[in-house]
Amino acid sequence: MREFGYERAFGVSEAVALLGSAPDARFLGGGTNLVDLMKAGVERPALLVDVRELPLDGVGFTGGGGLRIGATVTNSDLAAHPEVRRHHPALAQAVLAGASGQLRNMATVGGNLLQRTRCGYFTDISKPCNKRSPGSGCPAVDGEHHNHAILGASARCIATHPSDMAVALAAFDAVISYETADGPGELPMSEFYPPVGDTPHIETALPPGALITGVTLPPSPVAAHSRYRKVRERASYAFAIGSIAAALDVRDGVVREVRLALGAVASRPWRARAAEQALIGGPANAEAFAAAADAELAAAEPLPDNGYKVTLMRSLVVAVLTELTEEVSR
Amino acid sequence: MAPSTSSAITLNINGEKYTLPVDHRTTLLDALRERLDLTGSKKGCDQGQCGACTVLLDGRRAVSCLQLAVAAEGRVITTIEGVADGEQLHPVQQAFLDLDGFQCGYCTPGQICSAIAVIEEHAAGWPSAATDDVRPEAGVPALGAEEIRERMSGNLCRCGAYVSIVQAVAQAAEATGTQDKEAVA
Repeated sequence: MREFGYERAFGVSEAVALLGSAPDARFLGGGTNLVDLMKAGVERPALLVDVRELPLDGVGFTGGGGLRIGATVTNSDLAAHPEVRRHHPALAQAVLAGASGQLRNMATVGGNLLQRTRCGYFTDISKPCNKRSPGSGCPAVDGEHHNHAILGASARCIATHPSDMAVALAAFDAVISYETADGPGELPMSEFYPPVGDTPHIETALPPGALITGVTLPPSPVAAHSRYRKVRERASYAFAIGSIAAALDVRDGVVREVRLALGAVASRPWRARAAEQALIGGPANAEAFAAAADAELAAAEPLPDNGYKVTLMRSLVVAVLTELTEEVSR
Repeated sequence: MAPSTSSAITLNINGEKYTLPVDHRTTLLDALRERLDLTGSKKGCDQGQCGACTVLLDGRRAVSCLQLAVAAEGRVITTIEGVADGEQLHPVQQAFLDLDGFQCGYCTPGQICSAIAVIEEHAAGWPSAATDDVRPEAGVPALGAEEIRERMSGNLCRCGAYVSIVQAVAQAAEATGTQDKEAVA
């Protein structure tokens, strides 16, 4: 591991200034991903700016009835928070589905959004990887890709985004707040993770040197009827091979409102807008749910070893929407 | 000017203060084991996947292999060496002994530290991925086998002593008074 400096920041503007004080500086939150990648040689910062003690560890209502989540709130505190569990249960479920109790205690909301792909080629510095070393190639396309993207990928990179939390945030139209040396800014989740295209090494739309300060969930009555379902290769403590965050409102058998986001299928949490449009105003039954899933998955471009994800995601959409229909009809 | 790559830090471990210079690359696990002779915390994978290095930071379980020592300054650190009350074993330690919650014992310090926190997290009303309805009005289910297995999934046991580990955690939860006796049965 490269030697590095360490500074602990106690204020947001101090943290941003410290980051700008040295080249190759990184913010350190819980460190569950960054320290691991430093051990692997994937990350080689010259300076860590520890932001864990910034006063950004609260969860509370916004004036309009939404929820504001500070960037240094731990995954554990987010998932245990009564208002999150009451108003956005899929968000609590998504966070609880990720990692282990130990890691959730350490990991922060800001860091969760910025975690890196677990593609084995990305984390192995002896291998080419366009994300880690632009222009070096992507061995996954013709190699081990059974858990890689089926939607929105490019020939340059087929890695998936690993976060469960971000899938729920995408479904709920979360807005990410950040601070730079030039002042504060905001990005909606729909723009936070840019398409892969020819630049897989550019993973977020954050300006250089920006510090995530929080996440705002707009008021959304439908979010109270939401679920997160995660499929993985063992019962617990594994990354998803497919996941879904869904929220549904049904009146008299007709879909009034629906939110759908898919995980482990793309370089970013995949908001399933084609499926949502297919569902609105239509019947809330298994046939309609399957047709909506097909509308979304028509754009899928599976590789030789990940075609199962198309079937899996279709089944997940139907299963979770059926369960939500039963819940809201009660 | 290049930033300094080492610092003198003071760590608060099991109620005692330890002052030592550390290279910033030093993890808390390596500081405990290699510098402070606190070798109860074990190094398994060294990448946050096995839980053998689990300690309590400010009362919450964490993997010490991904925790930089320099970033642990100012936090209250409890290791397996600090969970007993003198000669009186912690109820979780006693339960692991009573029920053979181990075979080789390498993962056991991490299992015990993790289980201590699991019982406290459950008593505080935290749901888990095994909790069907996470809404606060639904309450949190009793600490039965399914909840224990999910909550302890960050601690691997290569000997496969899981059956006894689950029983030990359930017994310890009962012994600490956070568990309805009938719910475990």
